Amino acid sequence: MNGRLMFRAAVGFAAATPATAQTIAITGGTVFPVSGPKIDRGTVLIVNGKITAVGANLTVPSGATIVDATGKWVTPGLIHAGANAGTGVAGLGGYAERSVSGDVNPSFNLADGIDPAAITIPVARTGGVTTGIYTPDGPFIPGTAVVVDFAGERVDQMVVRSPAALLIDLSDGSKGAGGGARAGTIARLRRLFADALEYDRRRLEYKRGATQMLSAPAAELDALLPALRGIMPVVITANRRIDIENALKIGHDYRFKLVLSGAIEGWQVAGAIAAAGVPVVMEPNRDIPSFDGLGARLDNVTLLRQAGIKVVIAQGDAGGERSLRYAAGNAVRNGVSWDDALKMITAWPAEAFGLAQYGALAPGKVANVVIWSGDPFEFSSAAEKVFIRGQEASLSTRENDLRDRYRTLPPPR
Amino acid sequence: MRRIWGWGVVGLMGIGVPAGAAAQTADDRFRDTISVDRPQFPSTYRRRLNPPVVIRNATVMTATGSELRGASILFQDGKIVSVGEVSNPPAGTVVVDGTGKFVTPGLIDTHSHVGVYPAPGAPAQSDGNEATNPNTAEVWAEHSFWPHDPQIPLAIAGGVTTAQILPGSANLFGGRSVVVRLIPARAVQEMKFPGAPYGLKMACGENPKRVYQNRGPATGMGNMAGYRAGYIQAEDYRRRWDKWLKDRKGDPPVRDLKLETLAGVLRGDIFVQNHCYRADEMAQMLDLAQEFGFTIRSFHHGVEAYKIADLLAKAGTAASVWSDWGGFKMEAYDQILENLALVTQAGARGVLHTDSPDGIQRMNQDAAKAMYAGNRAGIPVSRDQAIRWVTANPAWVLGIDRFTGTLETGKLADVVLWSGDPFSVYSKAEKVWNEGWLVFDRLDKTRQYKTDFNLGQTAPGVGR
Repeated sequence: MNGRLMFRAAVGFAAATPATAQTIAITGGTVFPVSGPKIDRGTVLIVNGKITAVGANLTVPSGATIVDATGKWVTPGLIHAGANAGTGVAGLGGYAERSVSGDVNPSFNLADGIDPAAITIPVARTGGVTTGIYTPDGPFIPGTAVVVDFAGERVDQMVVRSPAALLIDLSDGSKGAGGGARAGTIARLRRLFADALEYDRRRLEYKRGATQMLSAPAAELDALLPALRGIMPVVITANRRIDIENALKIGHDYRFKLVLSGAIEGWQVAGAIAAAGVPVVMEPNRDIPSFDGLGARLDNVTLLRQAGIKVVIAQGDAGGERSLRYAAGNAVRNGVSWDDALKMITAWPAEAFGLAQYGALAPGKVANVVIWSGDPFEFSSAAEKVFIRGQEASLSTRENDLRDRYRTLPPPR
Repeated sequence: MRRIWGWGVVGLMGIGVPAGAAAQTADDRFRDTISVDRPQFPSTYRRRLNPPVVIRNATVMTATGSELRGASILFQDGKIVSVGEVSNPPAGTVVVDGTGKFVTPGLIDTHSHVGVYPAPGAPAQSDGNEATNPNTAEVWAEHSFWPHDPQIPLAIAGGVTTAQILPGSANLFGGRSVVVRLIPARAVQEMKFPGAPYGLKMACGENPKRVYQNRGPATGMGNMAGYRAGYIQAEDYRRRWDKWLKDRKGDPPVRDLKLETLAGVLRGDIFVQNHCYRADEMAQMLDLAQEFGFTIRSFHHGVEAYKIADLLAKAGTAASVWSDWGGFKMEAYDQILENLALVTQAGARGVLHTDSPDGIQRMNQDAAKAMYAGNRAGIPVSRDQAIRWVTANPAWVLGIDRFTGTLETGKLADVVLWSGDPFSVYSKAEKVWNEGWLVFDRLDKTRQYKTDFNLGQTAPGVGR
């Protein structure tokens, strides 16, 4: 097989869509399409897992299943760029599904480790999260990202794209990969890229052993190529200003489709990030100084947005995926507009990771839709119905079972 | 000397001598010559001067059962003067317009490691766990506390006026906690809450077993044996000291800081603050407390408190818990969103705690999550009950409920003005008064405290 074919965007959900035609009309709600202004008493029409129409005065086809959303808020399914559900629990084997040993693992893809039956996946849905972008953990080059929808009995049914992006970490935690200094990490990264390109140019000589020693196994160098060809996005984690500047320079030098992650001190170089057209994945409440980002501040998200950057929210929180909407609410609390905050968990993660069919309620998009009792960012609201690829998904959790067992004490035997 | 410092400050620090006891029997040769009779790290906290303040036309959440709309609150000289109608504030009173805003008591966190696990997280200052022995009841969290932790101003900006700083959970007996008022200070003594009893951090479950797996305890039964061994020794120690203190004859027993703290628990002077996740382990700990004749003041991280809320109510033990943190380890597996609501429904005392320098900045949000989760599941929680989870109830857990935790005449003026409903994600603490002193004002950069560490750093502070 030619190495140039190694990068494939698997579109797994096509196989999972049921053959029977199904039409659903969500009517009467306040619709937030994200791709356009909100629609009062709007209708969202879904046919065979895709959105076919969104508007105020739509004619509902006969035979459609009508879902009354009067008084409710209707949004696209939320996309979490820091997904965690189904990849293990610390103390139950650690986050073992999220990282492998070593520090040059571009071929590591955690899709095969996602457990579709994990109790955390329904919990994600109760938070209105329909799509998860998983990024592997670890220093330097931890692996590739995977995008899944939170529905399906097998991983291949869940997967939207795999691999979806190459991860590189230039934060404090990767100094060891460079021999103990940031500059060493950068130098090693450039050497790896040079070797990958050389390997690609001289495959036959490599096989004959006629090249110099390369700095990683062929499989790992191969896995770097889609990023080096500009096909696959590259997510670089960088928090200190200097790390962000290094990331931007690398992104420029190699013409990467670059996404920044972390960016604690991003506000200090917001103009440069914006000028490079680079989106930023970040946590809007991250304000505690560390030596990886002494300039941490609560309004970082606001300042990045004001500079014109498309911010994507990833919330690493023990409350799980369901905290994503609250993180968006906190972005508003910290100064971002409500409309922008919704984009940070819908349209902009879709755009950053090249998911053209996601992140909005518009014709042709995958029908991931959430009906909320009210403002999705508020604690007083809840996701009442969640549709994934046009199918209503269960919001029943193991937590509910526990709660119901102990409603009265001692519990009934 | 003791009369000046009060029972909570000196008496409890030493061996638990009742105030004045030494003065009555101080005619012996040990008077002022042995350390137990001398001050031990007393609070040097002093109230800061502030003009009287009246907040008018606000929604006042008193944490005493009522939520008053269009109400006023007046405080002066560090105390709340009146709540509801305020007709004639004294001359020089600062008038704050509370229209559209909410007033609550200063928030109180029963579980924080701010100052002992400070930011930035340098190994040199990782001072929260004396993980060298399963029983380190002799250590005091205040002796690890760094008052320039930049997390302190962040917590203040979240409306928190008081926190209990605890040692970590590596050990069966982790050491003494300290209750601090969150204010600028050069040393922890300037923050120590006058009159607050000490707590003893105990830890159940996975952490001690993991840390000491090679030397023991390595099992749940090893944990229990360790607690019992500690208290058995403390019973003996307490008897010997009580006898000597009574007649002051002969040489006093040698002080043992470890047993002094455990004896303080047995005397009821030091409150047990018990890290314990699982319901069955909490039930075991309630029995242990019964065996040695004390009461556990609060379980902490009790993610399964809802399973034994009836037992907690009966024992008079509070549950300090999170709203939605769970599943991050085996003993946290059964976390549910309705934990606090079910605990409250069963008549036990529920407390929202953080154990987190992030969470402590948004305690109001976690109380909101837990309240609405309960209400959605048909377990009604009133707004007043929910605000008590972060005010009056934690005040009780820390033994300071006669000073703070509610908005009532005579209580300390620990007051927060919120930009809107504190149960909304969009609301922020706008002004924070700590015993009447305006310690934080989001709209006034001169009232936004920076620690020494913050000075000259690139981040501009917290008031945004």
